[in-house]
Amino acid sequence: MARINLDVNGKVHTIEADPDMPLLYALRNDIGLNNPHFGCGLAQCGACTVHLNGQPIRSCVTPVSAVGNGKVVTLAGLGTPEKPHAIQKAYVEEQVPQCGYCINGWIMTAATLLNEKKKPTEDEIKNALTGLKCRCGTHVSILRAVKRAAEMMG
Amino acid sequence: MTKMENNISRRALLKGAGALVVSIGAPIGLDTVLGIGEAFAQATGNKPPLTPDQLSSFIAVNADGSVAAFFGKMDMGQGLFAAIGQMVAEELDVPFKAVKVLMGDTATSVNQGGASGSTGVQLGGKQMRVAAAEARRVLVDMAAEKLGLPADQLTVTDGVVHAKSDPAKKASYAELIGGRYFNVPLEWNKEMGNTLYAPGKAKPKDPKDYKIVGKPLPREDIAPLVYCQQDFCTDVKRPGMLHARMIRPPVAGSTPVKVDEASIKDIGGAKVYLEKGFLAVYAENEWDAIKASQALKVEWSDVKPPFVDQATLYDHIRKSPARKRVDEGKQVGNVDEAFRTAARVVEFEYEWPFQSHACMGPACALVEIKDGNVTCWTGSQKPHFVQNGISRTIGVPTDKVHVVWVVGPGSYGRSDADDAAMDAAVLAKATGRPVRVQYTRDQGTGWDPKGPASIHRARAAIDASGQVTAYEFVSKGFSRVDVNTNGSQPFDTLAGHFRGIELKSGDNFGIPAESYEFANKKTYWETIPPLLDRASPLRSSHLRDPVGPQIQFASESFMDEVAHTLGVDPVEFRLRHVKDARDIAVIKAAAEKAGWQPRPSPRRDQTGNKVSGRGIAYAQRNGTRVAIVAEVDVDRSTGKISARKFTIAHDCGQIINPDGLKHAIEGNIIQGLSRTIWEETKFDTKSVTSVDWVSYPILDITETPAVVDIVLIDRPNVAPSGAGEPSMRPLTAAVANAIFDATGVRIRRVPFTPERVKQAMS
Repeated sequence: MARINLDVNGKVHTIEADPDMPLLYALRNDIGLNNPHFGCGLAQCGACTVHLNGQPIRSCVTPVSAVGNGKVVTLAGLGTPEKPHAIQKAYVEEQVPQCGYCINGWIMTAATLLNEKKKPTEDEIKNALTGLKCRCGTHVSILRAVKRAAEMMG
Repeated sequence: MTKMENNISRRALLKGAGALVVSIGAPIGLDTVLGIGEAFAQATGNKPPLTPDQLSSFIAVNADGSVAAFFGKMDMGQGLFAAIGQMVAEELDVPFKAVKVLMGDTATSVNQGGASGSTGVQLGGKQMRVAAAEARRVLVDMAAEKLGLPADQLTVTDGVVHAKSDPAKKASYAELIGGRYFNVPLEWNKEMGNTLYAPGKAKPKDPKDYKIVGKPLPREDIAPLVYCQQDFCTDVKRPGMLHARMIRPPVAGSTPVKVDEASIKDIGGAKVYLEKGFLAVYAENEWDAIKASQALKVEWSDVKPPFVDQATLYDHIRKSPARKRVDEGKQVGNVDEAFRTAARVVEFEYEWPFQSHACMGPACALVEIKDGNVTCWTGSQKPHFVQNGISRTIGVPTDKVHVVWVVGPGSYGRSDADDAAMDAAVLAKATGRPVRVQYTRDQGTGWDPKGPASIHRARAAIDASGQVTAYEFVSKGFSRVDVNTNGSQPFDTLAGHFRGIELKSGDNFGIPAESYEFANKKTYWETIPPLLDRASPLRSSHLRDPVGPQIQFASESFMDEVAHTLGVDPVEFRLRHVKDARDIAVIKAAAEKAGWQPRPSPRRDQTGNKVSGRGIAYAQRNGTRVAIVAEVDVDRSTGKISARKFTIAHDCGQIINPDGLKHAIEGNIIQGLSRTIWEETKFDTKSVTSVDWVSYPILDITETPAVVDIVLIDRPNVAPSGAGEPSMRPLTAAVANAIFDATGVRIRRVPFTPERVKQAMS
C-alpha cells in the first residue's frame, strides 16, 4: 500500500492504495466518481476513458502510480449542464445514448479531437474514434454529434 | 412459453379486500409518491395493494400535481421513458414534463413482463394508456362533484379540470387528489407478465385528438447520462458491502477438486466461497477481490465436455436427431406432391452461428439481506422474475425479496444479468453481508447465454411455366430456450447449475414471419439437445429478436435465389407473392425511397475488384413490418464488405415518438450489421474461446454506413406494435442479397467476415 495523491477534476485527493491498482478503481471506489465504467479491464472498449493531461487514456489498465502529478479529468469534470463541453451538448441534442454505458470513451476521445482540431473531416473523426465500442449501435448518431459539436466550436 | 407468476402476497390481498369498502374514487391516506424509495417506504401505509386490479398500481398524482407512472416493464435504451410518458400525459391531459415514469421496481410496479419482445409500447404502453385514461375519468368525476357541474360539461387542460364554458370554474388534479392514492379497481384479466391487461371504465382518446403522442419529444433521461447524474447498476454501493468475483471452470463441465485458500492469504483478507461447483472470491476492497480471483489456485476435475469441433458444428446440427419438431404457421396444400411433379426444384441451406449478447459491460448485481428482507439491485430485463429466482435460489419467501432495476450496461435479451443477480444472492446469504458481484469481460462474453446456432433449409418447386408451386422451409438448431428468458428458476441460472441443479432445456424456435402465398406451403422447426446439460457457456437463450435474424436471413436470401433462378427482379418477385397489404406497402416504400431500378440480380456490368450491389429483404414481427434495401461495396481481393447505405421502411402502426423510433431503428441496423459481418462465438472442445472484443469483434465506427435513410409509415388508428427489434430481422438477408447482386456469389453462412467472403469469391 502507498499514499498517493491524485489530481482529479481540479482537486487533489489523497488515497491509500496498491500502486499497481488501476486508476479506474481509485476513481470509482476511493474518490467516488462513478462515471468511468468497467467494460473490459483490457483497454479494448473505452468505457473507462478519462483524460490524463488532456489526452484520453484507459483508466482500467493505467496503474494509479503511473498518474504522478498528471491532471486527471473524468466525464463529470469535462462539463456540467450549466457549462457543458460542446460534445456533451451535442450528445444531448442528438439524443445519442441508448444504454449509455459506453459514453465515456466516445465523449472523452471526441473532446480531445475537437480541442485539438477545428472542423475535423468525417475520416478524421472516425480514425480518432476507431476501436471504441458501442454495443447498442449508436454509431450513426455518435458521428452526427461529433460533427454538430465541431460546428458549435467553430 | 414463459411461465408467469403471481407474486401477490396474502397480506396484500387481505388489505385489498379491506380497501374496497372505501367508496370508489375517494383517495385514501395522505401519502406522497415522489419517488420509488418513498413510495416503497409507504407501501405499508394507506396505499391500496400493489395488484394489477388497482389504478394506484399504475398512476399516482403527487401533491404538486405531477404524475408518477409506475411501469412494470423497463427501458433498454430505446426511449421508453419518453414514449410511456407521452402516452400517459396524453390520456391524462397533463404536460409531458409533468409525468415521471418509474420502472421495474418490484415494490412499486406490478409484473408487466419486464423488457421483453419489443412489447414496451405494444403491451406495456397499452396498459399504461388505459390506466391513465381511467385516472382522468375518475378525476373529472371528482371535479364534477366538487364544482357541482355534470362531468360532460368539464374538460381538462394541463392537469386542471374546468368547465368548458367557463375556465374559471376549475379544480386542479393537485387539489383533487395530489399526494393521495387512487382507490379505484380495474378489470384485470388475471394474467401477469406481458399479457397483463387491466382497463378501467374509460375509453382512451381518439388518435385524432392527440397533442403529445406522435410528437418527436426528446428523451429526458439522456442529459443525466451525459452529465454523470445517473447511476448504473454497477454504481450502487451499500454500507459494509463486499466485492466478489466468480471463478468459472476453464473446461466446461469441470468442478473444483481442490481450492488452495492459502494461495490468496496475502491479499487483503480475501476469502473463498465454495459450494459444489459454485466458486467465488470476495474481499472488502474491489482490487483485492480482483487480485484474489487471479491468484487463486484451483485444481479442476478432469472432464471432457461433449463439445464438438467447431468446424463440424453445422454437421452436428444436421445429423442430430430432432428432439422436437413443430409445424408452425399456415400449412397449405400438399407440398410433397408438388415437389414430386415439379419441373424444377430450387433448394439451399443456410447457417447461423452461436452469438453472444456481449453487453458493453459484463453483468453486475448487488444483494443485501437485512432482518430477513432481501434487496437486489440489478440491470436484469426482468426484475419481477429475478424476485422469484432469488426466492427459490436462497429459500426466502417471495414477498421478502425486493428487486430494484437500475439501468445496466446494455442487455439485448436474456443476457448474463440474471445469473449475476443469483450469484450475488447466494453470496449475500453465505456471508451475511451485502455483496456486489461484478463479472469479468471473459465471463460476460464467454459465459452469457448464447443466441442459438442453427441451419435452415428452404426449397421451392417450379412448374414448366416458371410458376412457384410449392415452398418448404425448415429450421433446425439449438433451442432458443435452453435456459428460459428470465431467471425465475434455479435450473435456468448458473448459480443453480453450479450448485447441482440440472438444466431443464425447453424447446422453441420459429418460422419465417412473412405473407408469401404459394399454392403449397409448409414451414416447421426442429430443435436438438444442448451439448452439455448444465453450466454450459454454450447454453442458448434469447438474443435480440430471438431467432428472427437467422430465420429471415435464410428465408429472404432464398426468395432472392428463387427470383434469380426465374430471372425476375427481387422486388417484383416479392410483390407477386406477398399478400398482406401493409407488407406490400413497406416493400414498395423502401424500394421507392432507395430509387430501386427493376432488373434481375446479379449485376453483370462490373469488372475489377471493387464492385457494388443492392439487395432487398423484408419481415414481419408481431404486427410490425420492415423492408430494408441494402447497398454494399465489396472488395473482391480482400473480401471486405462495406455497407454504404440502408433504406428502411418501417410500419409499427401508431407512432408514439418518431424521433425515438428512428434512433431505435438506427441501433438495430448497426447491431444487426455487426452480427452479420463480424459476430460468431468461437469454441474448442473445452470451452468458449471468444471472450473479449478481440476474439469477439463487433462493428467498428469506421464501418458505419454513410447513410441510414428511414421511412416511417404512421398508422394512427392501428394499435402500436413493437420497434425494439423488428428492423434487425431482415437486415442480414438484405446484405447477403446485395453481395450477390454485386458479385454473383451467394453467401449462405453468417458472419460475412472478409476471410469468408474472400474464400467464397475464389
